[in-house]
Amino acid sequence: MNNVIVYCEVHGKEIADVSFEILSRGRSLAGELNVKLEAIILGHKLDGVEKELYEYGVDIVHKGDHKYLAPYTTLPHASVVTGVFQKEKPRIGLFGATSVGRDIAPRISSKLKCGLTADCTELVIGDYLDKKNKKTYNDLLLQRRPAFGGNIIATIVTPDTLPQLATVREGVMKKEKPPTPKKGKTVNLDIDKYLSKSDLAVKIIERHIEKNKLNIKNSSIIVAGGYGVGSRENFDMLYELAHVLGGEVGGSRAAVDAGFIERDRQIGQTGVTVRPKLYIACGISGQIQHRAGMDKSAMIISINSDPEAPMNKIADYVITGDLSKIIPQMVKSYKENIK
Amino acid sequence: MKGLRIIVLAKQVPDTRNVGKDAMKANGTVNRAALPAIFNPEDLKALEQALIIMDRIPGSTITIITMGPVRAANIIREALYRGADSGILITDKRFAGSDTLATSYALALAVRKTGKYDLVMCGRQAIDGDTAQVGPQVAEKLDIPQITYVEEIGEIKEKKITVRRRLENGVETLEAPYPLLLTVHGSAPECRSRNAKLLMKYKHACTHTELLHEVEDYISLHDIHPYLDITEWNVDDLKADVEWLGLSGSPTKVQRVESIVFTVKESTTVNGDEEGINQLMKELIEHHNIG
Repeated sequence: MNNVIVYCEVHGKEIADVSFEILSRGRSLAGELNVKLEAIILGHKLDGVEKELYEYGVDIVHKGDHKYLAPYTTLPHASVVTGVFQKEKPRIGLFGATSVGRDIAPRISSKLKCGLTADCTELVIGDYLDKKNKKTYNDLLLQRRPAFGGNIIATIVTPDTLPQLATVREGVMKKEKPPTPKKGKTVNLDIDKYLSKSDLAVKIIERHIEKNKLNIKNSSIIVAGGYGVGSRENFDMLYELAHVLGGEVGGSRAAVDAGFIERDRQIGQTGVTVRPKLYIACGISGQIQHRAGMDKSAMIISINSDPEAPMNKIADYVITGDLSKIIPQMVKSYKENIK
Repeated sequence: MKGLRIIVLAKQVPDTRNVGKDAMKANGTVNRAALPAIFNPEDLKALEQALIIMDRIPGSTITIITMGPVRAANIIREALYRGADSGILITDKRFAGSDTLATSYALALAVRKTGKYDLVMCGRQAIDGDTAQVGPQVAEKLDIPQITYVEEIGEIKEKKITVRRRLENGVETLEAPYPLLLTVHGSAPECRSRNAKLLMKYKHACTHTELLHEVEDYISLHDIHPYLDITEWNVDDLKADVEWLGLSGSPTKVQRVESIVFTVKESTTVNGDEEGINQLMKELIEHHNIG
């Protein structure tokens, strides 16, 4: 009771990176609150997964191993997690802000009539003063998230209902194991007890999942284009530059909305958050929500025809001019100078 | 087969996609008044998916439901111009301050009040909150299954429907029985534009409250053409428990809102000519930033 529970996503036999990231943060939250860290993992043929979870400091693993739990469908997972929460009464419940986490968490929050905060980028323990009722709440989960299209940061609290639920963005929390793994224990869930026939209403006909097709998040060099690139064809220059530098191509929301580049390459608070060694921003003026998703890059080069572009203020190098001349020149110069 | 009864849930939102300088106040908060109010983009895509179903299964009907202030009736008219059959505006001061849980409570009551339905459709998320929570929460409150991130409708049968959904690194095709809630992903096609005939037909469609401000001619027009009435429901019409609405029905509270602060760097200006770029690339290679 009163512990921190992390819903761990498993794809095949592999636990998702985001789950390890959240477990790492969850461990320090649990430490601060002096409570235990628990994990729920649901799937099929999960022999041995608990060992990996213990390595991240999990005290108790709730394991559900059943053919109805893999591949993931909403209702069976939601019913089991809801049931476990009702029994264990955690103080905090965390999910990845992924297609799975964002699908299941709201369903659970509605069932339990408790608060849920989406897409958190920071979680800390702190106090909250309810000014209207002059009441102070101690040791709440302060949930920070980008809001209003990623243009501001809001801190959300859930003072009166438990558990405090949040989904957490991928890539924003550091994955780290404690120096010594926990000697945890595993509770095998009796899945048939949690499921009813109506939970099996939705059937998977076909799945096409590609493994890590795109890995912008972990690329050390990113060439990103904005609306200023002008067209889908003009993005070819960016792909060429990224190719010779060994990097990936990303885009701003404006470029994605204009159809210049695919949505899964969108960088910013409303896309992927990145922190590469080198970020080359091409024709990106730099809306707040975009900059907030890349400003931790070690080095930023901004190429823009507008010398006043907000992106230039956070850039290490600013090149003012025409992309269609500058980018091919960068490719040429790189090839000439690299030995 | 007989037509499907479809409900589309939509939200009017401030256009957060192009927040310029004047939309941010000096204290870092957002000046909502400086942003145009629009039909939430993914909700519009949900409407298109509903219209596609209506094209394929004659006799289907689409009712659009939105919760918001009186001016949110604008998006209901937009839906009527594109092919929706009727609209319902849920409006009441007592809804103010609702988080996603309280909102889903009100919307679920409204869906129930419309009677029998086969599909509830809405966008994955709204661009002012980006939470993607209201759809699944409405589904849970209606006690029906959900399929999120839909990008294409497949086979439509008497008792069940097949849809394709978009995931981070792939797609999934699912089959589910009615009644069912679908949330539509941004990768689905854009909504068709307004139909000129429907625009003429529904130009004067409005809610009861809006009609109070209209001239006599329009009021009599509504007497002749009842289809011009946009239904308006308040808390009492929905028989909602006010404890579950507004601030009291919202477990999440905003403790603080702050602007995003960037570290301004001392930037080096590079000449965009051959020599300048050459020099820059040499430097980057030397310092092992690239290569």
